[in-house]
Amino acid sequence: MKIAVCVSHVPDTATKINIADSGKEINPAGVTYIINPYDEYAVEEALKTKETLGDDSEVIAISVGNDANKETIRKALAMGVDSGVLLKTESQLDSFGIAKALAEEIKTQGCELVFMGKQSVDYDNQVVGQMTSAILDYSCISVVVDFKLDGNNITCEREIEGGKEVVATQLPCIITAQKGLNEPRYASLRGIMTAKKKTIEEKPAVETESNTEVIGLKKPPAKNPGRILGTDSSAVPELVRLLREEAKVI
Amino acid sequence: MGNTILAILEQREGKLKKSAFEAASVAAKLAKDLNLNVQAVAIGSEISNLDEVAKYGVGNITHFKNDSLANYSSSAYTAVVTEFAREISADYLVFANTSFGKDLAPRVSVKLDAGCLFDCVKLEVSSGEVIATRPIYAGKALMDAKLKSAVKVFTIRPNVFKPVEESVTVEISTKDVDAPDTSTKVVEFKKAEGKLDVAEADIIVSGGRGLKTPEDFKMVEELADALGAAVGASRAVVDAGWRPHREQVGQTGKTVSPSLYVACGISGAIQHLAGMSSSKYIVAINKDKDAPIFGVADYGIAGDVFEILPELTEAIKSLN
Repeated sequence: MKIAVCVSHVPDTATKINIADSGKEINPAGVTYIINPYDEYAVEEALKTKETLGDDSEVIAISVGNDANKETIRKALAMGVDSGVLLKTESQLDSFGIAKALAEEIKTQGCELVFMGKQSVDYDNQVVGQMTSAILDYSCISVVVDFKLDGNNITCEREIEGGKEVVATQLPCIITAQKGLNEPRYASLRGIMTAKKKTIEEKPAVETESNTEVIGLKKPPAKNPGRILGTDSSAVPELVRLLREEAKVI
Repeated sequence: MGNTILAILEQREGKLKKSAFEAASVAAKLAKDLNLNVQAVAIGSEISNLDEVAKYGVGNITHFKNDSLANYSSSAYTAVVTEFAREISADYLVFANTSFGKDLAPRVSVKLDAGCLFDCVKLEVSSGEVIATRPIYAGKALMDAKLKSAVKVFTIRPNVFKPVEESVTVEISTKDVDAPDTSTKVVEFKKAEGKLDVAEADIIVSGGRGLKTPEDFKMVEELADALGAAVGASRAVVDAGWRPHREQVGQTGKTVSPSLYVACGISGAIQHLAGMSSSKYIVAINKDKDAPIFGVADYGIAGDVFEILPELTEAIKSLN
């Protein structure tokens, strides 16, 4: 079986975000980019699935973006993914645009099982997996913390408010990975060396016109610095009074 | 088009969730501002409190009823909502951005060729267009955007839009669903031990490394109990295995906007601040008076959590 794992290249979560002069995107200067943290769980699950199947299955990493994304594809290759595809675009695609480009490639490659992170930690939409599945008429289970494949049948646990849903479906399917699904492996030195020899195929991303018009980005309003009420428990009565009378939240 | 806004209502175990009323109320408000009609749709078996939606300005409710749809099925629910939206020629769809809405809305929007904006914290009508504001980079920035498509889908962040009471006459029409496609469906719900989920709670008490050991989280739990709050955690203590990931607040956990957020022994790493700084009121209790958490807190006590937490819990209990 061909298994796809979709990876995105995102600003490190420890990065401070500054808005570019255009006011419509972030300023990339000084920003460190990493593989999207949730995508690491997706890569691990794809590799584990291939290992469990023990047949001639292969895992392909797909990323939509520009040349910089190759670094993230290499990271997946170093972890053990067989090959990579970069769907090139210089445009800022929205979620639907990314889903459309991924869907085309998944179809071309004939991948029946697809893993990706439940969300990218940049635009935080948490929708690309579901959208891709709707385009392809694949099933999709999102926010997965446990995945089991048995022949054609899939059983997952997905995290929701107050618990977990056990969801059953069949291939072809897209799984979006949540933290807790597995412990992603580290790339070994050998993995890093072999990754350099693996191919990354480049092709233009299928581009669709966006339905979204970004008016502008802004920083969230700065909070007024609060009050330090004290340094020990003698401040507790004042805190309770303020929460009650000023904030009116208790 | 049909000049209609459709609110999609979430039910679980036969009861509409609080977020369903938020979605209905937002849809009713948009309908007023845009001069459109408003309707709501729910899917499930019996739904006990469906008529309560009429308290929030939406009287026209359609209930797609079928015992095999009691639990969420992404395949069946997508088909039902898509077909119904087409049938009534809905121009706008409003979902709450819960696990349910996040899973369903993107599928429906693809099927309807609709543009969509997710996790909105503000929706404003200006010259007949809806301008949405949504946090990106876990709240490190905000994006204002609008949609150019004929059909528009918005999902709203739970707990941000307080439902506005406005009673209208209720009219529920019940429809059956013929042979729903339940090829993907929920077969079981495993309830978590904790009572409340951080994503839904109005008050959250969170703990971090300052608590020293996993056992010390008992103090956080006791304060949370006294306040009727959910327990949250910083990434450090989740990564250390002290607390489950579902409690994690921050950029690789949940982004929350409760009325009150109490941070105990949390220094306030940028990823954590990103996930909680949009809370209405923030209380920080931390030994280090220079900790970044005090930069976003409304009220702080720069002292020992081990001394302050039990006192605070007692003081809250004595209020009740």
